[in-house]
Amino acid sequence: MHNPALLILTLIPLVGSVLVFSLPSDNGRLAKQLSLVVSLAIVVYALVLAFKFDTGSGAKRFQFVGSWTWIRNFGVHLAFGVDGIALVLVLMAVVLVPAVMLSSWNSFDSRAGAEEELTATSRRRSVKNFYGLLLLLEFFMIGVFTATDVFLFYVFFEAMLVPMYFIIGSFGGPRRSYAAMKFFLYSLVGGLLMLASVIGLYVTTGSSSFAITDLIGKVPDGATQKWLFLGFFIAFAIKAPLVPFHTWLPDAGAEAPVGGAVLLVGVLDKVGTFGFLRYCLPLFPQASTYFAPAILVLSVIGILYAAFLAIGQRDMKRLVAYTSVAHFGFIGLGIFAFTTQGGTGAVLYMVNHGLSTGALFIAVGLLIARGKSRNVADYGGAAKVTPLLAGFFLMAGLSALALPGMSTFVSEFLVLVGTFTRHKGLAVLATTGIVLAAIYVLYLYQRTFQGTVSAKVQKFRDLNVREVTAVAPLIALIIFLGVYPKPLLDIINPAVKDTLVNVHQTDPTPKITPVAGGQR
Amino acid sequence: MSGAHTLAIAAIDTPSVSYKALAPIFIVLGAALLGIIVEAVIPRRERFNVQLSVTLAGLIGGFVAVALLHGTRVATPSPVGNDPSFAGSLGIDGVGLFLQGSILILAVLATLLVAERSVDIGSPIVASAAVVVGSPTDRTLSRSTRVQTEVFPLLLFAVTGMLIFPVANNLLLMFVALEVLSLPLYLMAGMARRRRLLSQEASLKYFLLGAFGSAFFLYGLALLYGYANSVDLYAIFQAQRGSGRSDLLLYVGLALLLVGLLFKASVAPFHSWTPDVYSGTATPVAAFMASCTKVAAFGALLRVLYVGFAGTQWDWRPIIWAVAITSMVVGAVFGITQTDIKRILAYSSIAHAGFILVAFVAVTKDSVAAVMFYVLTYGFSTLAAFGLLMLVRDADGEATHLSQWSGLARKSPLVATVMTILLMSMAGIPLTAGFIGKFYVFESAWHTAGPLVVIALISSAIAAFYYLRIVVLMFFAEAPENAPTVTIPGWTSSVALTVAVVATVGLGLFPQWLIDLATKASELVAQ
Repeated sequence: MHNPALLILTLIPLVGSVLVFSLPSDNGRLAKQLSLVVSLAIVVYALVLAFKFDTGSGAKRFQFVGSWTWIRNFGVHLAFGVDGIALVLVLMAVVLVPAVMLSSWNSFDSRAGAEEELTATSRRRSVKNFYGLLLLLEFFMIGVFTATDVFLFYVFFEAMLVPMYFIIGSFGGPRRSYAAMKFFLYSLVGGLLMLASVIGLYVTTGSSSFAITDLIGKVPDGATQKWLFLGFFIAFAIKAPLVPFHTWLPDAGAEAPVGGAVLLVGVLDKVGTFGFLRYCLPLFPQASTYFAPAILVLSVIGILYAAFLAIGQRDMKRLVAYTSVAHFGFIGLGIFAFTTQGGTGAVLYMVNHGLSTGALFIAVGLLIARGKSRNVADYGGAAKVTPLLAGFFLMAGLSALALPGMSTFVSEFLVLVGTFTRHKGLAVLATTGIVLAAIYVLYLYQRTFQGTVSAKVQKFRDLNVREVTAVAPLIALIIFLGVYPKPLLDIINPAVKDTLVNVHQTDPTPKITPVAGGQR
Repeated sequence: MSGAHTLAIAAIDTPSVSYKALAPIFIVLGAALLGIIVEAVIPRRERFNVQLSVTLAGLIGGFVAVALLHGTRVATPSPVGNDPSFAGSLGIDGVGLFLQGSILILAVLATLLVAERSVDIGSPIVASAAVVVGSPTDRTLSRSTRVQTEVFPLLLFAVTGMLIFPVANNLLLMFVALEVLSLPLYLMAGMARRRRLLSQEASLKYFLLGAFGSAFFLYGLALLYGYANSVDLYAIFQAQRGSGRSDLLLYVGLALLLVGLLFKASVAPFHSWTPDVYSGTATPVAAFMASCTKVAAFGALLRVLYVGFAGTQWDWRPIIWAVAITSMVVGAVFGITQTDIKRILAYSSIAHAGFILVAFVAVTKDSVAAVMFYVLTYGFSTLAAFGLLMLVRDADGEATHLSQWSGLARKSPLVATVMTILLMSMAGIPLTAGFIGKFYVFESAWHTAGPLVVIALISSAIAAFYYLRIVVLMFFAEAPENAPTVTIPGWTSSVALTVAVVATVGLGLFPQWLIDLATKASELVAQ
């Protein structure tokens, strides 16, 4: 039980981050190169682990398990292990990091005339710190998905706020300190409620260990379980974010630098939905079933409400942030429908959403870097000047609206099918969200890339090789997984089934209504 | 001398005192007395270094003695004949030794901060405290490099009192310890080199309110004596078992006693002196008060409640609930409105006092260990935070207004980062000692006081706002026109800051050994 594979995976970015921070401040270039090399090395290492992951029948749920005692008195272990759900999310996270690094390559350069973020102060910002923080964040992101000890998970869950707080606050837009503060306080309140539940979980189960496998099935049914569930649930709902806990995301997403926004929406928010599956459902099955109807309704409200808000946004980054709130509604729907299809769809949705929103945010960022404005109205006709960027933007947008052929379609379809078998009305309502998604994506594309070319847009230059390298792999992955999602589904499916077994839920058997008398 | 007289003397039983167990106290007291002699005989040029050496030697010697005593469980002195009046009035047990050790470590660090001579002309301590403020002599002195060294023996006397305070099983002795620790602190509060009037005001305020606190304590003691016919905590405990005594005396006595103790621990609603005193007094002295006094006061509170009133916990628990909630809420909410960092730290210490009290409601070994762990780790981070305040200065001395800290990260990334780590620890963010401390306290209290834990968590979320505000200013705001400069500290404060910060992070990552130590040491002895 001391397999160090995941511990090493977690520690590589930490070591990288320490190295980057210890570089001299004036050599931003070296910091960027070193960070990129480290992040690519992590991708390779994570892929190696993924290929070694056993998906055959009879395979253990948690693999690469390594556990070391940390704080004996509390039964806390440095316990790592991945099931299919965690594995695909780790893969998604580590793939996004190098893309973010490449897309932000010149964002904080001190050279005048380089592409910059929006504020005047950005010239003085330290490139080294940005990349150091990205790697530090990657350390916490991998840790949060691979931890199999509730206490350790909480530690990563909370500590993760710190680098993101600095990324938003130091490198963000004009209202960055407000957004950073709001982000931190919202998450902290959720986190502290969760801490109350973590302590309550430990005390009420009387368990001498925080290992998730030791706690499953130990929480007695009843009021206590509901309270404990709510502590975890609110923390995750704020993180995810589920309507009505979402109001921090548009601010944070809009003010964060593009790279930060990609990781914030793409990965950090997945921790919330991942938490539902890994902690809420197995630990509190009775409470999960009890609260599920309310959560499903909230999810559907979120899908529709956020989509309407997205249509009305003038700020492109806020728009993308709102689309994410809508997408999280789908994920919530898939998870709390308690069907294998819904759950698998939700997990696949998390991965796809990370990739597609990541690509969309990067595309929006590349456009903003050229026009120095987040306002949709400042653009128009850009497709004629920058056809490559327009192409990528459209691809990313289409994946966000779940066009068949894109990976997001597979997951959205699975979620809707999974929901339909149990809650027909909700599934039908949620389906209208797809129509709304088409409106906000295409309307955005139309206003920015089509129409008459303004004088300002005329001067835009198209993507260079580095920028293409940043986006192309994401788009390629989206299409590949859209056509052939089987490898991921094979990994995810068993883990979702195991989770549903913990909630004592099985898929509803299809009912065939006999036609009376065999006559019409 | 007549023969009969000699015989009479021989008949008196002398109590046998375990001097070994009291060695830490005697070593520090001895160093304090030596300090007074040094003050008289050593020439001024050499005095500072000699005093510093004597003080550090005394404190470290005391700590070594504490370390050697580990595992000791004695109540001393032994009874004299059949008269139990002072028997076992000092309980040298795990809790006492752990707290003594904590006080001594924190006092060593505070001494190193007091000995800082690089950041200000001379030292942060006034050259001559008795000179009238604004007089020609005062102005000359404030520009001279003359240093005053009386502060070192005063500090040692205060530490002596603090060492006795948490081991006193006898309320009268506890009162004496309270005075021994308080009187030097009143003097030290008035010794800031800059802003002399504020410092003297702080001193006077602390003295007057402290005198009230002591009076309450003494009054409570008198009533409890009336109740139990003894000032011994164990005797008071046993008296509660028998019936037929006036419960009124017991409860009023306990309430008054608590007022005195909670005052020293700066628990709301007995906190009003804290912000004024912390902000008026010299920063290293404030660091000393915020860390060491707190440890001593909570130690004494532990002993009073867990030894003397263990049987009536159902009666005092609601009081602790009430003051814990008040303290957490006052500390968290009022802290938000402050604009001076020293005052923010003062309100933070009030909020933390409330968190510590949360553990008190669960009368278990676990909660004793949690309290001990918390006071030590909090002591480290608050001491270092005050220490950092000394370094950020403008022409008028320390720049403690919030706005002056804007953009500090650009000027000194190191100071800003270290401050952030300390604030994160106080806010209870994981991977710091503050988080482990909070978890420990809340975990130990969950069974008995679940709702209290939830209130505590909400208050820590509110308090996080003002910690974050400092971070926001340091990192995300532009520096003002007349921004203060960051001074390079001398070796003494550098050592103190390094140790405290390393402890804050180190105990967050590897808390196991200290938790073990605290758990092993979580038993109290009486008589």
